[in-house]
Amino acid sequence: MSEHSLELKGSLFPLSVLHCTDVSVSSLEPLLSAKLAQAPGFFYQAPIVLNLQDCQQVPDFVALKQLFVALKLVLVGVTGASPTIKAAAQDAGLAVLQAGKTASTKANEVPQTAISSQQLAPSTMDSKIVEQTVRSGQQIYAKGADLIIKGAVGAGAEVIADGNIHIYGSLRGKAIAGASGDTSKRIYCFNMQAELISVAGNYWLSDSLQGEFWGKPACIKLQDDTLVISELV
Amino acid sequence: MAKIIVVTSGKGGVGKTTSSAAIGTGLALAGHKTVIVDFDIGLRNLDLIMGCERRVVYDFVNVINGEANLKQTLIKDKRVDNLFILPASQTRDKDALTKDGVERVLTELAKEFDFILCDSPAGIESGAMMALYFADEAVVVTNPEVSSVRDSDRILGMLSSKSRRAEQGLEGIKEHLLLTRYNPERVQKGEMLSVEDVKEILAIELIGVIPESQAVLNASNSGQPVIMDKDSDAGQAYLDTVQRLLGETVPFRFLTVEKKGFIKRIFGG
Repeated sequence: MSEHSLELKGSLFPLSVLHCTDVSVSSLEPLLSAKLAQAPGFFYQAPIVLNLQDCQQVPDFVALKQLFVALKLVLVGVTGASPTIKAAAQDAGLAVLQAGKTASTKANEVPQTAISSQQLAPSTMDSKIVEQTVRSGQQIYAKGADLIIKGAVGAGAEVIADGNIHIYGSLRGKAIAGASGDTSKRIYCFNMQAELISVAGNYWLSDSLQGEFWGKPACIKLQDDTLVISELV
Repeated sequence: MAKIIVVTSGKGGVGKTTSSAAIGTGLALAGHKTVIVDFDIGLRNLDLIMGCERRVVYDFVNVINGEANLKQTLIKDKRVDNLFILPASQTRDKDALTKDGVERVLTELAKEFDFILCDSPAGIESGAMMALYFADEAVVVTNPEVSSVRDSDRILGMLSSKSRRAEQGLEGIKEHLLLTRYNPERVQKGEMLSVEDVKEILAIELIGVIPESQAVLNASNSGQPVIMDKDSDAGQAYLDTVQRLLGETVPFRFLTVEKKGFIKRIFGG
C-alpha cells in the first residue's frame, strides 16, 4: 500500500470529439439525435469533447450542457476554441483541452454533424502481435491498432481491436474489430468457429455464422451497415 | 535441482488426484525421490487414493504455520521407496495457503526431492493459483468432452500469465496434455471428442491417454495407485505417461477400439 492517500497521475483516455460548424442547440439537437439513433447505447453516457475550431460566436454553453444531459452524453470540455470562447467555456465549468495531434481539420469543413471517435493516440495504425494462442478467459485489446494473432482464439476468449483483426489459427471465441466505431475494419481468420463477431458495433452470434463458412477460412466486413462474410482468397 | 510439476485441470472430477498419485508413484518406481503435495485444502483426497489416510498426523497448513516441521509431516509410502506424501488440511480452507508459506515449503522440499508433484484443487481460485504458481511443468488433465476442454484452455491461460515464470519473464511452464477417461468406442460413435480434436483445440503436447477403466475405480477404493496395477490398461497407460515425462519416446496405446470375438481374432477382422 502506498503511504500517500492522494495521488495525481497523468493518464490518457479515449474521448469522442464532436466536430460541427453550427453549435446552436436548435441545429445541433436534431443532427445529434439522428446520429445517436444509429447506434443506441454505443455512446450512452460517453464523455464528449466539443471541437469549436470553426465556431465564431460564443455558444450558449449552459443550453448545450442541458442538451447533452438530455441526450445521455457527458460534455466534458472544448477544444480548438478562440480565447473568448475558451473563457466562456471555463465559466460554464467545462475543461479546455489541447487539440490532439490527430484532430482532423478536414472533418470540420463537412457541413454536418459528425461524431468521429478519434482517439487522442496517434492515428498511424500500429499492430499488436500475439505470438501464442489466446486461451479461454483471456481478453486482448489492441487500442488504436490492428491485432494479429498467430495462434488460435479459444472458446471464451475475447480479442478486441480498434483496427482489423487477423487470426492465423481457429477463431472459437469472440472477435470485435473497429471497436471505436470504424466501419471500414475487418476480421480475417483461418478457421471460423466464432462465438461472436462484431465490426463497429454490428455483431453476429455463432448461430448466424453456421453454414457455408463454418470451420473455413473467412473474412468479415461491414457493407451498408450489414455484416458480410466471404471466402478468404 | 528439483522439478516442480503441477497436476491441474480447472474442472473438477476429471482425475487430477488419481493422476497425481499414479504419476508420483511411477516417478518413484523409476528411482526418483518424489513427494506429492495435496493442495486441495479442506477437501483432502490424496491420502485416500494413496491409502495412507490413517497415518495423517500433521498437514501442509501446519507446516506453513510453523506448527510442525516437514520431517514430522511427510508420510512415507509403505510400498514404494522414494515416495512421500504431504497431506492437505481437512479442517481449514484454501485461504490458509500463503504465497510466502508455500514458497518456503517448496524450497525446503526442493533440497531433498527430485520431483515435487503439486495436486491442484479444481477451479481457478487462490488454491489452484497457489498450486501452479511455482511450477516448472504442468500436467493438464482433461476429459474428452467440451466443458473439460474449455476449462483446461482457461487453466492454460493462467499458466502462461499468472505463474511465477510468467511474472518474472522466465521461460514459460512446460505444458503437457493428459487425456483421461478415454473411451475409443464412444469416440467412434461420435459421443466423445477424439485425441486429435482435443489436441487441435488445446494445441499443447500430448503426454498420455488413459483409457476409461474399471481398474481406476478399484484402485481408488483400495487405496492403491492404479499405476501399481500393472496388468490393467490404465496402469500401463500411466507407466507410459511417466516414461514420456522423463523424456522417453513411447508409442501411444489404447487409442483404438479393441477387436473382440474369437472369429475376429483368428481372421484378423
